[in-house]
Amino acid sequence: MPWVSRGLAIWCKDLRIEFRTRYAYSALLMFAFTTLVAVSFAVGGVVLDAGLAAALLWVILFFAAMAGLSRTFVQEEEAGTVTALKLAARPEPVFIGKYLFNVTLLFSLAVLVVPLFLVLIHQTVAYPFPFLAVVLLGVAGLAGASTIVAAIVARAGTRGPLMTVLAFPILLPLLLGAICGTRTCFAGERAVAADILFLFCYNGAALAVSLLLFPYVWDE
Amino acid sequence: MQTKVVLKKLTKAYGRRRLFADISVTIPGRSVFVLHGPNGAGKTTLLRIICGLVPATSGEVEITVDGKLLAREESREHIGLVSPELELYGELSAVENLEFFAGVRGLPFSPAKARDLLTFVGLAGRGRDLVGTYSSGMKQRLKYAYALLHEPQILVLDEPTSNLDETGVAVVAEIIRRQKDRGIVIMATNEPGEVSYGDQTLALGQPGTGHLVQGPAH
Amino acid sequence: MFWQILLGIWMTAVILASFLYMPATQGLGQTGRIIVYHVPAAWLAVLAYLMSMLNAVGYLRRGELRLDRQARINAELGTVFCLLATVTGAIWSRAAWGWYWNWDPRQTSIAVLLVIYAAYFVQRSAVSDQDRRARLSAVYSVLSFLTVPFLVFVVPRVYTSLHPDVINLEQGGFDMDRKMLVVFLAALAGFTGLYAWMYKLVTRLEALLDKMEEKRGEAESVG
Repeated sequence: MPWVSRGLAIWCKDLRIEFRTRYAYSALLMFAFTTLVAVSFAVGGVVLDAGLAAALLWVILFFAAMAGLSRTFVQEEEAGTVTALKLAARPEPVFIGKYLFNVTLLFSLAVLVVPLFLVLIHQTVAYPFPFLAVVLLGVAGLAGASTIVAAIVARAGTRGPLMTVLAFPILLPLLLGAICGTRTCFAGERAVAADILFLFCYNGAALAVSLLLFPYVWDE
Repeated sequence: MQTKVVLKKLTKAYGRRRLFADISVTIPGRSVFVLHGPNGAGKTTLLRIICGLVPATSGEVEITVDGKLLAREESREHIGLVSPELELYGELSAVENLEFFAGVRGLPFSPAKARDLLTFVGLAGRGRDLVGTYSSGMKQRLKYAYALLHEPQILVLDEPTSNLDETGVAVVAEIIRRQKDRGIVIMATNEPGEVSYGDQTLALGQPGTGHLVQGPAH
Repeated sequence: MFWQILLGIWMTAVILASFLYMPATQGLGQTGRIIVYHVPAAWLAVLAYLMSMLNAVGYLRRGELRLDRQARINAELGTVFCLLATVTGAIWSRAAWGWYWNWDPRQTSIAVLLVIYAAYFVQRSAVSDQDRRARLSAVYSVLSFLTVPFLVFVVPRVYTSLHPDVINLEQGGFDMDRKMLVVFLAALAGFTGLYAWMYKLVTRLEALLDKMEEKRGEAESVG
């Protein structure tokens, strides 16, 4: 699988650069923390309804993702390295590398933010393992569908709110599914398997479609 | 070992403004092709079209390597580009840059090979420094290492000696000489000394058309 | 000219029939008459958006700017009809349920459609180079269209529907009267004709504007 091994080379390169600059990660983390603290202040000591807590968690993760995930393509574009990369790599490995990088970034964010959220909002989890699955799949889906949107935004040559505007409709089914699944896991009211399956299918479809469409964004 | 680049009626227009039109050239193997002309004549754009980075408005670029006509995706494996618009990763060291580009091209990489290449372009001993700390001339030298890493048949140079000192210019002359023995050099420059390398030269800038001139016989 | 006149007469007849010939529906009362306008508008929105997406796919395959323009025109027409369907739906919702908006699944999905195409137009306006704009918006169009099946699945899980289902004829309760069906189908045909005519008009207008621009460009380069 040359696509995967070359994609991994791009993933390693991005991780190495990110490790040295911490630009995207600090943007993600700061955004998530500020929103989390703001929400927690606003809520105070009140215990939230499971549906509301689930929605808040995903709103925080969504906006944090929007703040940080476009960085990976915009940086290549701004630094002028995009030409060097384009000449060296086919679009598919580039997509795979960037996708893996974004997934890694969001995973490492979720590992910190989700437990903190549960503690600050006083939320108990009725189904811990399904909850883990919902978070993992939801985060992977967020990163997956955002990656191609990030590429579009970088090519469009504009900064600012375009990322959120373009990503929102595409991520909406995922967010609704993840909120629905998280609510179930918090409250423990019914089976969660259908939600997990839904998230899994969304991930698969987003990945397949992105791989198919990405060459049109990357090459001109 | 037949290698050639054929430009067929290439035209590039931005909206209604035509940059150049109907450029048709055959660049045979073992030759140097030079583009020159005033700023804004479309030299860089033409090079980018040849590299497959920008689509032409009409016309085609046909690249044949070893007698085989290449599809556009394949051509990037045989092209090395040095250009002011191309940058390498400033957060990585020179060796890490080369390691990454070897990896992404699916080529084997050894530190010894990187060292040889860096020594050749005059960056011996600086391979472990971050590229972000390099001077612009050193960055230019590193771009040659990037372009030659996969031993391409076609070397495309945009302003080959910009930011380079005398030894750098000599290295570039050596690179062009070696590349000519192996394949094709296509370059855009306005330095009179470099224009004279050309087996064929093309002057861009006359509205709508270009002049093709056969260079000194060789 | 013949077709336009025919369309005019046809639509007038449909409008008159929707108030005079068509009976008030059981269950929905007088408000049910809106079906003659609301459903065809929604149908055309879906049709135009579908055409827009197909144009986008065609552009990606063949790279003709003409297809990009068609995709844009279809998206614009789709948005016009989508807004009409949203507004008529909200009016009816107010009369039947008491609120203009209550995140019924149908309302949610139509809102999402509007958001998708709002984003589509924002994206178009953000890119100035026409080839790049065509390419990026085509990719976005296909990408967003493929989220629709997921929405269809997930939205009813989150919200429960009160929307009357006309397709489900056997269930009874809310059934379609024969006279009503005739008017409804006539309206559907009339609206589709309207869409075809509007599409042709806009395409012709754009082609003329293009030609004018070209003439002006030539005049400038000569003068």
